[in-house]
Amino acid sequence: MSAGEQRVSRTNPKVFEPITVPKPNNLRRNLIILGVTALVLGSGWFAGFSIPQIIRNLQRGGRLLGRMFLEPDWSFTPRMINPLIETIRMAIVGTFWGALTALPIAVIAAENFLKKPWISKPLRFVLNIFRTIPAMVLASLFVAIFGIGPYSGVMALSVFTFGLISKLTFESIEAIDYGQVEALMSLGANKLNILRYAILPQILPQFMSYTLYGFEVNVRAAAVLGYVGAGGIGQTFEQALAFRRFDRVGVIIIISFFVVLAIDLVSSSIRKRLV
Amino acid sequence: METIVVTKPVDHWKTLYRILNYGGILVLLIWGFLGIEYKGIMQTAAGTLQSMGRGFIQPDMAYLNTWTIDGLPYAILETIAIAIAGTFASALLSIPFALLAAQNIVGPRVSKIGKFLVTMIRTFPELILALIFISVVGPGAPAGILALGIHSIGMLGKLFSEAIESMDMGVKEALESCGAGPFEILFRAILPQVSPELISYTLYRFEINMRAAATLGLVGAGGIGAPLIFAIRTRVWPRAMMIVIVLIITVTIIDSISSRIRKKLV
Repeated sequence: MSAGEQRVSRTNPKVFEPITVPKPNNLRRNLIILGVTALVLGSGWFAGFSIPQIIRNLQRGGRLLGRMFLEPDWSFTPRMINPLIETIRMAIVGTFWGALTALPIAVIAAENFLKKPWISKPLRFVLNIFRTIPAMVLASLFVAIFGIGPYSGVMALSVFTFGLISKLTFESIEAIDYGQVEALMSLGANKLNILRYAILPQILPQFMSYTLYGFEVNVRAAAVLGYVGAGGIGQTFEQALAFRRFDRVGVIIIISFFVVLAIDLVSSSIRKRLV
Repeated sequence: METIVVTKPVDHWKTLYRILNYGGILVLLIWGFLGIEYKGIMQTAAGTLQSMGRGFIQPDMAYLNTWTIDGLPYAILETIAIAIAGTFASALLSIPFALLAAQNIVGPRVSKIGKFLVTMIRTFPELILALIFISVVGPGAPAGILALGIHSIGMLGKLFSEAIESMDMGVKEALESCGAGPFEILFRAILPQVSPELISYTLYRFEINMRAAATLGLVGAGGIGAPLIFAIRTRVWPRAMMIVIVLIITVTIIDSISSRIRKKLV
């Protein structure tokens, strides 16, 4: 309300006194905004981000993008099919191993099934550590151990998927309707029966949906894992880039983009039907 | 004791449906497994694993204590800076995309186009974006910031648009009936309502971007990835393991701070 508004004084009808609207105390909010702004600007400065430099380089970048996407070397397409298929196979196998190992571990890590905090607490801590390591770092470590090839990529994807799916699954085990478990317990069912008839039926649709989600993430990850030598289309991409064949780089980007997009759309439409 | 027998009605169509589903998954799996060559696994794997383990037990502490531009503290700070700046940039850029994809703002037809656009951005790998931006602005952290800033629109735009779609439209209608312009509606009706969710999603994406920033260095877009891949390729395990340990600790700390703030917000 503006300061110009006035109302009639209660004690003396002839005198007008201004309405004072108490101002909300925004100090804390403003301090937070100030802090975040400082953090963002400081980060940009620390990383050497400068908009004038980007504008100066735009022309060079535009030329390069033109070489990639305006005159792509379409004759390269047949030679991409095998690496692309390998990429999808890597994602399938990686998702399979990851999901297969994630289910039992998630059951143990859920607090409401075993009810032994001394098992589930440390296990969760280990699972958290699994999830902190990015897939690319895992892949480069596995390439160093097992050598260049799709096998290392599958290993990296399995470990990565395991971390992802196990967390999502134990969270949904903890969110189940506990009444079914109690009903079975009152009938004297043992832990295995409870797992089979109360927990698994409730979480399986969600687990399948998480697995599909993991598959989508893995297809995207598998497409770039080859950059560190872990097989798939990324390896072809890396070679094309190393030889500065930007026309081929463009083809690889365009075609793998549409393949990944298609898989994504199919998988997410299945997921919508599941849950 | 009597046994209770419960018989389920047999539905042949359902059985067929199931066979087709599980059979399809099985065929896909077999197809996948047959394609991966298991040859070429290095004979030295056990030895490498051993020296890796030795590096993990005795990491390169001198590297952690190097406070110059070549040291680990600088690299990890740069990684965090890339993640912060990239996430913030993408949060700002995501708002117009989210409005374009929200059904209750632009109507069903435009919203479909907006949603597809956001999905397309999400599908484009950040590593390839980073490579493109490296050729634009040269190798270094700015390329990483740009790559994260663009790629994160794919996820944030989708989540933001869902937040906008589930908001209370009464406020917007009230403002419209008073003759408010589009920007007044955006700043007085839409953003104040969805801002807790927006901040929460942005923080969640920041957690993801922290991991992404750590890998961007593999292609030369700044951060911890470059020294890491160099240490792995030259097999300097004490240094590589030091980097991995510091990365795990940093990401864990950032995750716990961010998820604590998120719990307070929503």
